[in-house]
Amino acid sequence: MRIALLGFGSVGQGIARAILAKDLDIIVTGLADSRSGTIDAGGIDLLAALARKGDGGPCGNPGVSPADVVAKAEYDVLVEVTPTNVETAEPALGHIRAALQRHKHVVTSNKGPIALAYPELRELAEANGVLLKYEATVCGAIPLIHAMQEGLAGNTISRLYGVFNGTCNYILTRMAEDALTYEQALAEARELGYAEADPTYDVEGIDAAIKLVILANTILDMHTTLDDVERTGITLLTPDALQLAEDLDCTIRLIGEIIPGAGVLRVSPRIVPKVHPLVVEGTLNAVTVEADLAGDLTFIGKGAGSTETASAVIGDLLYIRDRHVQGS
Amino acid sequence: MKLEMKDQPGQLVAALKPISAVGGNIIAVIHQRETSTATETLDVQIVLELPEGRLPNLLELLRAQGVSVVRIGEERLLYECTLIMIGHLMHTDLSDTVDQIDRTGSAEVTELSLVMPAIDAPSSARITIRSTTRAEMKRAIRILYAVAEQKNLLIIEPLEDA
Ligand SMILES: NC(=O)c1ccc[n+]([C@@H]2O[C@H](COP(=O)([O-])OP(=O)(O)OC[C@H]3O[C@@H](n4cnc5c(N)ncnc54)[C@H](OP(=O)(O)O)[C@@H]3O)[C@@H](O)[C@H]2O)c1
Repeated sequence: MRIALLGFGSVGQGIARAILAKDLDIIVTGLADSRSGTIDAGGIDLLAALARKGDGGPCGNPGVSPADVVAKAEYDVLVEVTPTNVETAEPALGHIRAALQRHKHVVTSNKGPIALAYPELRELAEANGVLLKYEATVCGAIPLIHAMQEGLAGNTISRLYGVFNGTCNYILTRMAEDALTYEQALAEARELGYAEADPTYDVEGIDAAIKLVILANTILDMHTTLDDVERTGITLLTPDALQLAEDLDCTIRLIGEIIPGAGVLRVSPRIVPKVHPLVVEGTLNAVTVEADLAGDLTFIGKGAGSTETASAVIGDLLYIRDRHVQGS
Repeated sequence: MKLEMKDQPGQLVAALKPISAVGGNIIAVIHQRETSTATETLDVQIVLELPEGRLPNLLELLRAQGVSVVRIGEERLLYECTLIMIGHLMHTDLSDTVDQIDRTGSAEVTELSLVMPAIDAPSSARITIRSTTRAEMKRAIRILYAVAEQKNLLIIEPLEDA
């Protein structure tokens, strides 16, 4: 199967390394980062591209743009793993549209286009007889979307809730463990690479809220936007508050929650008993799904990371290959 | 609410029927040996939830069944919810915050633990609310949120309902 890879950062490189390390029968015929691109129908030398990137260089030629790769490379699936833009979803949205119009399947880890334009993109994919997959957009390595779409097909979901943001979970874990202030725990998360220089998107609960919108709109038949999510972040939490919870054998976690029947979408810090399955440590994610036939299921795993997120993208790729790509 | 009666043969069955007849909800039936009384009879306590204003009706029905109610318990706040508040709790009149819930008459703050931080830093408190019904609890929490909005306080709710 031939793929074009847009974005060669943490996730893109993780995909490349997995392709190199394992016999996945995937070749990369187009590759682009923010400054360059390269197209090679015979298969791009990923080891060399990783080395160029490792030296701080571009992955390809400055003369080839991401749009060129989308429009001109020969591929079966566009893998779109560029940064998330929650306001416009661009430029990813345009690239995804262009690929679908070329009858190419699309796999993305980018939350922007799925949260903002899923109905349109899905229709476009259907009209062109191709698939649009986005497992990596929610909870990294956890195959939550596949589980809900396939394994739990036929169930009615009455509630879905959990820890959707590893950065916040790390900060809260550290505040509880060592009575750190929010600022101290955030500084530590930054040092370890768990938090961005501007952590707003994570700590204000925006990242978790987008994931709720994706699940609500693509699986739970709701029609929501980011503004519909009632949202409180963790920036005002105090070590005292964590201690007050601790006195009751509880702790505080940032919980995203959807109750489809009541139209509830909310992200907020909540008091949770320490023995609760959703109380996971460090950067882990955990989600409980309440399903009428299956009962309660809890998924726990890594919500981010280069290899872990690549796992979700590759799962989507092989799903498409096994069902739709002939003769590759 | 708690009803206490002597455990004489047939009394329990006679007592349970009227409760459902008036729309009450039995939460627990507790047999209790009272060592203090000379006769050492078994007392029965029935813990139940009753719609507003049905108590006289129930007592009348019980009397008609020949059940003698020894005591009607005062403890009528069955639902409990513990939340955490963060903000300038003292500067924004914490006792007024508590009053606004107590004033409902059907929910009240039964516990409050306040941690005083450094001067000018926001303080944190744990607040326990008890109420007669689930609906009253929801209402009390709504009031708390409205107060929090005005006073710029952060409310942290439990994951699961009380
Ligand atoms: N990292 C994770 O664990 C994780 C988990 C789940 C989902 N995601 C999502 O996956 C996506 C990628 O994340 P990441 O961590 O790999 O990000 P990243 O490390 O910042 O890498 C982004 C890559 O996209 C390239 N890029 C930026 N703008 C571009 C444009 N306009 N056209 C083409 N390429 C462009 C960047 O180019 P340069 O190399 O030239 O800067 C870089 O190679 C994001 O949407 C993120 O939200 C990430």
